[in-house]
Amino acid sequence: MLDDFFTRALVAGIGIAIITGPLGCLVIWRRLSYFGDTLAHSALLGVTLAYAFSLNIAFSVFVISAVIALLLLNLQKRTRLAGDSLLGLLAHSTLAIGLVLMGFLSSIRFDIMGLLFGDILAVTLQDIALVWIGGFIILGILYFIWKSLFSATVNYDLASAEGMKPNIYNMIFTLLLAGVIALSIKMIGTLLITGLLIIPAAASRNITNNPKQMVLVAILIGILSVTIGLFTSLELNTSSGPSIIVIALILFIISLIPLELRGKLQKGKQFGN
Amino acid sequence: MSKDNLLVSLENAGIYKSPKWLIRGVSLEVKSGQIVTLIGPNGSGKTTTAKMVLNILEPDEGSLKRYTNKIAYVPQKINIDWTMPLRVVDFMRLTNNLSNNEIIESLNQTGVEKLFKEQIHGLSGGEFQRVLLARAIAKKPELLVLDEPVQGVDFNGEIDLYNIIKNISANLNCGILLVSHDLHFVMSATDHVVCLNGHICCSGKPSSVIKDKAYIELFGEHRSKTLTYYQHDHDHTHASDGSVSS
Repeated sequence: MLDDFFTRALVAGIGIAIITGPLGCLVIWRRLSYFGDTLAHSALLGVTLAYAFSLNIAFSVFVISAVIALLLLNLQKRTRLAGDSLLGLLAHSTLAIGLVLMGFLSSIRFDIMGLLFGDILAVTLQDIALVWIGGFIILGILYFIWKSLFSATVNYDLASAEGMKPNIYNMIFTLLLAGVIALSIKMIGTLLITGLLIIPAAASRNITNNPKQMVLVAILIGILSVTIGLFTSLELNTSSGPSIIVIALILFIISLIPLELRGKLQKGKQFGN
Repeated sequence: MSKDNLLVSLENAGIYKSPKWLIRGVSLEVKSGQIVTLIGPNGSGKTTTAKMVLNILEPDEGSLKRYTNKIAYVPQKINIDWTMPLRVVDFMRLTNNLSNNEIIESLNQTGVEKLFKEQIHGLSGGEFQRVLLARAIAKKPELLVLDEPVQGVDFNGEIDLYNIIKNISANLNCGILLVSHDLHFVMSATDHVVCLNGHICCSGKPSSVIKDKAYIELFGEHRSKTLTYYQHDHDHTHASDGSVSS
């Protein structure tokens, strides 16, 4: 069954959706959307380096993302520029360096569209193994550090005062984020990974009322987006990444409906209609 | 626990934030069963001092010694974004695994057990303060640090909460470091007062601090001398939602 390229894509994609669910919730709770984006942009540099030195792509992307994350922390200590300026600086300069380096490696043919937007045809059995094993490790670590990470997300000072060591866990979280980006590059592409992190989590927030529920529903919405997105991609012959994100967006719009209805209902009650 | 039930001590501690010292030369101790209060004008370094005691800020000079890890904190300000769906019960479990019964018991103490399943975002300022205090008590801490715990609470609620704070210190035998603007409470119910203004102006028992020149200078002669406890007759009591209960 796994011989079929479509099934392979589906299995890998669902694996990714399961990882991006909880991490995506943390990303939007911590207002790190642009941070995820920056890591994803720098991923192109990682891919280029992987080709240049014939390294494993996921490994190389992970290392570059981790380096960028550490660089950001370092820059924040050195300058008083706002976080979003630094993120923009890092995102676009690493993207540019990646593209320039690509020019030097003229002997290798790059599938730029594939890198930017993902390519389901390219998913191999090794990719599936990487996603599921890597995902298992990421989620395992996340499970163990959840309480500390979550309390630090709600309030850093409180977590710090009550012995939750938020510094260490924030660092680990950054590495996990770099990891998930490395794992999902091939499926979703560097430009759209942040979408898969944020949109299902945002949709989930609209219809849930506690953190655990939000994480579980985000995973479900992610799985739905991947599944429907891949079928659409197959039917309409569109790139897999954008198709998945468009479906996620449609699910987000649907998730607004109960919110609207509840609002109307409450207004009705207030005015006694 | 160490001798004299000492929980935490700061020695000549200070925090530098370019271009100036936020606070300098602070020495203080908190022991079990003791209420120590920090008073002083805005920007005098009360919160900074509390954060040093909690080890959120590491002192740039001087030292911190702590003899307990069972610490609970009520920060001055917490903003929880709407993006984070959080019920009171989830918030209560933030740094501790508590049973539902333990949670309800604590919420009951601060008069907000009805809010158990409510969203944090829907609470009023005063209700949120009560939940914050309940969360801190539920941990059964040995050291409790309260940074203006009654802000936004209505007048009767304020008295309630101060009573609760007094009770915690007695019942749990925990040490309390309190940042407060309420001189009535500070002078009538606490064991040790530290008056800050970028450094320690004066400190000691309330009765001696009131007479201290530095204190009178800082708070003005009028305010510092008219510290008669204001009591008014009330033939009924209010529940936290405002309804009259007897």
